[in-house]
Amino acid sequence: MSRLLQALFGRLPIGWLQLTHNRTRFAAALAGVAFANVLVFVQLGIMNSMGAATLRPYDFFQADIMISAGDANALADGGNVARQWLLQAMADPDVTDGMGLFLANVPWDRGEKDISLTTFGVDPAKPGFIAPEIGGDLNLLQVQDAAILDRLARGLGKEEAAAIRPQTPLAFETQGSTLTAYATFAGGGGFGGDGYMLVSDQTFLSLFPARSSAAPDHILLQLRPGVPVQSVVARLKTLISDPSLRIRSYPDAAQEDLRYQQTRRPTGIIFGFGVLIGVLVGLVIVYQVLSTDVADHLREYATFKAMGYGPQFFLSVVFEEALVLGIMGFIPGLVVGTTILTLMGRITTLPLAMTPSMAASVFLGTIVFSAVSGAIATRRLAAADPADLF
Amino acid sequence: MENVVDARGLNHWFGSGEVKKQALFDVNLTLKRGSFTVLMGPSGSGKTTVLTLIGCLRGVQDGSVRLLGQELNGATEAHLVALRRRLGFIFQAHNLHESLTATQNVMMGVQVLGSVPDATAKQAAIHALGLVGLSDRTDYLPANLSGGQKQRVAVARALVGNPALVLADEPTAALDKDSAADVVDLLKRMGSARGTTTLLVTHDNRILDRADRILTLEDGRIVKVEDRT
Repeated sequence: MSRLLQALFGRLPIGWLQLTHNRTRFAAALAGVAFANVLVFVQLGIMNSMGAATLRPYDFFQADIMISAGDANALADGGNVARQWLLQAMADPDVTDGMGLFLANVPWDRGEKDISLTTFGVDPAKPGFIAPEIGGDLNLLQVQDAAILDRLARGLGKEEAAAIRPQTPLAFETQGSTLTAYATFAGGGGFGGDGYMLVSDQTFLSLFPARSSAAPDHILLQLRPGVPVQSVVARLKTLISDPSLRIRSYPDAAQEDLRYQQTRRPTGIIFGFGVLIGVLVGLVIVYQVLSTDVADHLREYATFKAMGYGPQFFLSVVFEEALVLGIMGFIPGLVVGTTILTLMGRITTLPLAMTPSMAASVFLGTIVFSAVSGAIATRRLAAADPADLF
Repeated sequence: MENVVDARGLNHWFGSGEVKKQALFDVNLTLKRGSFTVLMGPSGSGKTTVLTLIGCLRGVQDGSVRLLGQELNGATEAHLVALRRRLGFIFQAHNLHESLTATQNVMMGVQVLGSVPDATAKQAAIHALGLVGLSDRTDYLPANLSGGQKQRVAVARALVGNPALVLADEPTAALDKDSAADVVDLLKRMGSARGTTTLLVTHDNRILDRADRILTLEDGRIVKVEDRT
């Protein structure tokens, strides 16, 4: 490290020697930087996982266009859409098929704790709308009160989930009726529920008698292959005479949902603030360490000033220190951050993990903000007046 | 040959308004090349002010100081910084950097002159430490050196860049009698060997017999000039 800095700055690595002279303080400073890194990592990890969890249910279906109510900012938000618009959309020559999608949360009393399953009601006669990863078991849903259960749902035992097969189904009570799970798929816990479940639209309507088959939550459309989706979206907007409806390409709907979660919902804003606060904490810690260090060495700096060292020299010493703190504090921060995210992911079943892009951006941020702190700390250098040495 | 320092009609004030106080009154002073001059006087007589003015650490307010042929009155800060690199400073306290070894401290006196290859700077530093008799202490941190040894490292740091003028402010005040004599002899010897000019501020009588010229300052005025050569 010492040699690297010497080569980098073309002089004695005074910043490094100064920082490492007092080992205890150096360790405390690194711990501070690492702590700020961990804070940012955890907040970013949760924010990213919220994004991943928001997008996750969109993977369960295959569609080109989604029609939703005007107030449906997210998949589980807003009112329903009249089925008549599905029929109207089918009139477009490029629309090959359509399906109404029902969606609501179902509580499941698991004894010690209730879990909540985000339940999709789908048409079992239209397997083309269901992603292949769910499996080819859609026929199982033809049976009344049959379900395909999320085996990653929070609160569902691993072995219990693994035992669910058509020959050995799992029956459970919910909403006053008995459902039977014949198969499972890998969904994953989200922020809106503990897991997912797929049932037929008929079963869905019997679970929720107040809902009507004429009003699904969303309408999914499939187009002829190779047709430009946006032009069909534009056509449908004129074809469908209810201007309040949201007609979007399926990927756009997912992205808008994500943006809504991150910028308009309290959770997204809170974790965004968490990142900001982590950055500020890091900034303050590095500033505090560097400015104390400058204050402690005013006499030495004044001596160097008397000897003829110019302001650039002192700036480069402080930047060297900022660089050392940033790089060396990041390493333990990365290790602890990865560990915490992995543990949290295991407990919550949220997709929490350290990603290379997250590590890279936090590293860059650490270096930049350390340098900013250093730049602020150099203001104290003005107090080093060599005339006071005599 | 031009004098290393020529000060003419030097006046200096501290403070402003009601508390403005004159510290120097019409001081004239010349330092010949290679001379060893001692500046004496009681505390508060203005010795240190003279030293900081000549050492480019304070701006000249009134009068003229020519240092190495250049006028300091009205010089820019960058110009003063550049001139300081041609001086060697020795302070009352050693002012060594506690995180740097003896060699590294002395290297700071080399590297200020520009980017010198590390090996060259190190060699020069070890050579300078040898001259002050510290060949066996080159890798010691200041905390592990005695007071006299630290001051000798400071002397090596001041001299390693071959300065034209060495300014020393009571370098022996914190030292016992033997170390004090050592340090002064060292300054004197290195000065005459290299042709370095030395201005030493002190009220230590033990030093006087080594001086070529003794100036006595009282209440901001030079009251006595005594030539020993």
